[in-house]
Amino acid sequence: MSVAVTVNGEQRELPAGATVASVIASLHNAPDGRGVAVAVEGEVVPRAQWPSTELRDGTTIEVVVAVQGG
Amino acid sequence: MNGQAPLTIAGRELSSRLILGTGGFTNHEVLASALEASGAELCTVALRRLDPAARGSILEVLDAAGVEVLPNTAGCYTARDAIITAQLAREAFETDWIKLEVIGDDRTLLPDAVELVAAAEALVDDGFTVLPYTTDDPILARRLEDVGCAAVMPLGSPIGSGMGIRNPYNISIVAERAKVPVILDAGVGTASDAALAIELGCDAVLCASAISRAHDPTAMARSIRLAVEAGWLARGAGRIPRRHYAEASTPDEGLPVFDTASQ
Repeated sequence: MSVAVTVNGEQRELPAGATVASVIASLHNAPDGRGVAVAVEGEVVPRAQWPSTELRDGTTIEVVVAVQGG
Repeated sequence: MNGQAPLTIAGRELSSRLILGTGGFTNHEVLASALEASGAELCTVALRRLDPAARGSILEVLDAAGVEVLPNTAGCYTARDAIITAQLAREAFETDWIKLEVIGDDRTLLPDAVELVAAAEALVDDGFTVLPYTTDDPILARRLEDVGCAAVMPLGSPIGSGMGIRNPYNISIVAERAKVPVILDAGVGTASDAALAIELGCDAVLCASAISRAHDPTAMARSIRLAVEAGWLARGAGRIPRRHYAEASTPDEGLPVFDTASQ
């Protein structure tokens, strides 16, 4: 069993039961603490809810970090 | 000591009246050097998708310099996108301060007034300290203040244009009427533009491209820092009125007479 999700525009197959926390942990370069934020289906998911937010098939996730700007 | 009174925005005191935008620096080392030379205590950052190939984080540079982060909503065209971006920034940086940008098109990068006010109102209601990038329209600035923005950030000219302050009359009217700090944002091309902004009554200047894209960003950062201080001192000192004709500073009294025939 697996779920197909879109992470920052890229399709990924994840094991069933994958959470926002497990996706972040799998990403290279993701900051451990401060400096990263996540939106699932256009809604911000607070850090405290990452471990409990399971991803369903077809979910779209955006993972953002600080860059130089403005 | 820099001769300036501290700037207070939403209860936070800043001793520097120059805010550094971090866009456009060629690398983090150049940014760190310019940041130190600028004396800025507040720096903007943007949010973008995590890049697995990126080397180092800008946050490390800013944290090492001990400056505060002011996240922006650059690249947002609608109130909805700007609101989500601000919420992501609050989550990522643990700050409720947001430099709100809602632009109308990618050629002018001018603010979309309708979307801007809608986003500002929603974010203020959501507990954010909102610093909106706006046009030099005094009425729009007032509307942003009315919905609870902590400052207003009128443009001198379009972002990255280096065209300076195209409508100094409007900027001075915005500054005269605002009860919140006015931060000149966008358009500064060189030091004299920053000095003029402060002389016109602005409380601070935000500068990115003029420094980051200068031939020598560190030297330009220092020059704009000094220009902001100079502008502040000049404004306090009080400029003389402009006149159409000359007014001699040397007295006529006691002028020797060499034309003996006339006596």
